[in-house]
Amino acid sequence: MELEASGVTVRFGGIRAVEDVSLRLAEGEIVGLIGPNGAGKTTLVNVLSGFQRPRTGQIRVGGENARGWSAHAFARRGVVRTFQAVRLFSGLTVAENVETALLSTGVGRAAARTRARDILGYLHLAERADMGASALSYGDERRVGIARALAMEPKFLLLDEPAAGLNIGEAEELGKTIAGIRDDFGCGTLVIEHNMALVTNLCERLHVLATGRTLAEGTPAEVMSNPAFKDAYLGAAA
Amino acid sequence: MGSAFIPIMIDAFSVGGLYALTALGIGLIFSVMRLANFAHAEFVTVPAYALFVLSDHPVVVSISAAVLVAVVLALVTERAAFRPLRGIDPATMLIASFAVSMFIQRLLVFAFDSRIKPVNPLAVLDGSVALFGAQVNLLKLTTVITCLVLLIALTVFLKYTRFGLEMRAAAEDFTMSRLLGVRANRVIATAFVLSALLAAVVAVLFSAQTGFVHPRFGLQIVIIAFVATVIGGLGNLLGAAVGGFLVGVVSTLLQALLPPDLRPFREAFVFLLVILVLLFRPQGLFPARGLKERI
Repeated sequence: MELEASGVTVRFGGIRAVEDVSLRLAEGEIVGLIGPNGAGKTTLVNVLSGFQRPRTGQIRVGGENARGWSAHAFARRGVVRTFQAVRLFSGLTVAENVETALLSTGVGRAAARTRARDILGYLHLAERADMGASALSYGDERRVGIARALAMEPKFLLLDEPAAGLNIGEAEELGKTIAGIRDDFGCGTLVIEHNMALVTNLCERLHVLATGRTLAEGTPAEVMSNPAFKDAYLGAAA
Repeated sequence: MGSAFIPIMIDAFSVGGLYALTALGIGLIFSVMRLANFAHAEFVTVPAYALFVLSDHPVVVSISAAVLVAVVLALVTERAAFRPLRGIDPATMLIASFAVSMFIQRLLVFAFDSRIKPVNPLAVLDGSVALFGAQVNLLKLTTVITCLVLLIALTVFLKYTRFGLEMRAAAEDFTMSRLLGVRANRVIATAFVLSALLAAVVAVLFSAQTGFVHPRFGLQIVIIAFVATVIGGLGNLLGAAVGGFLVGVVSTLLQALLPPDLRPFREAFVFLLVILVLLFRPQGLFPARGLKERI
């Protein structure tokens, strides 16, 4: 099963945020979506998860055309995303945040309670379960965001800058967690990330955007040796 | 003082409790859909008329009918009037709720005329009991106990049931809760049903206290309850309950403690306090989370 964008263009006013981009994500693979600020990465994830209708082009989920689906229709069909601003329910406990998502899979409150503990344990958050979500550290907050996404039983997991604001050690730890999730849950994972070390270690494939267009794609090694990539991305960063 | 104190406090909390339940009914709907539902007045008035219509029947029948009527009315107004407006500007929804309120009020005038009708749904509670050596009105004591029981029941519902959890999530971030699979229609319908249940209880207790019902019966209590929700912090249920008790207790105590010459101006003192609270805490005593941003 695949999540597939083909020929997607998004404009805001006269500005082209994303221009004729095609991307495929299969179950069980990890793809990195990279590019400088303003390259259109988040806009593309918005399109892939139903938050933004493309001007042209189409999205397919498991071969089914997603035209006109709302964001929660995407989520119901297994396309689950996280947000840069995690957007936990700060008035709920950590466990309740996860339970809310679990209820959508059709389990009752008691079963959701047990299952939430399992998922939090899996992400090494068991001790945080009964804390208020507003009391979490930045890194824990992000992991709870991932726990809540996992509770939705994703086939495709879209992570928008999951390592933003984490230190090197925390980012490495997060990389292991994401790889583990793929191994254990088999979902296709798309990671927007600036941290090149994390992305090259974690991802089988990279997709590079610059000013809304696809600049390069392929394995990390292929992308790194791509002259256009070196010029635009590393050149701009240096 | 000792024997006068207990009846005054029971009096104060029986008034405050009714305001608190009404403020909670308003707050439940506001928190999930940002609708300041002025038609809550009719959610109180209509079941009170049901009590009047069925006053020859056993209490159990008339009260059950009142509750049922309130729930049906709430679900119908939600479906017919408020669902098509969902997500629209809150000011527009407020005006729409005025329209619904006026419409139902006029229907009641049409059906029953605008004169007051006698009701006495809780005649069994006439009389008084001794409590800590003081004579306490049985109806007022029942009102206080009922309000406390309902507050506890509502807390348990919100904390421990799946609908309660979904309501709390939706109240904080409606968009995010929908992404996580919370069904918008169901969570809003739940809020309307709970709101109607609270309104029906208020209708029974308040009509038992006043002894009559008229087309603006619910309005008098709902206006004060709106003030209470604003004091407590719009969108915060704890705030609504505390605000309701506060307004009720303060106005009852003013009535009891003000010099007789000033008692007719009691409301002026209550609203002076309201203004003071809002001057110093414009967001209310307990500002709601997640009210700022709704994207």
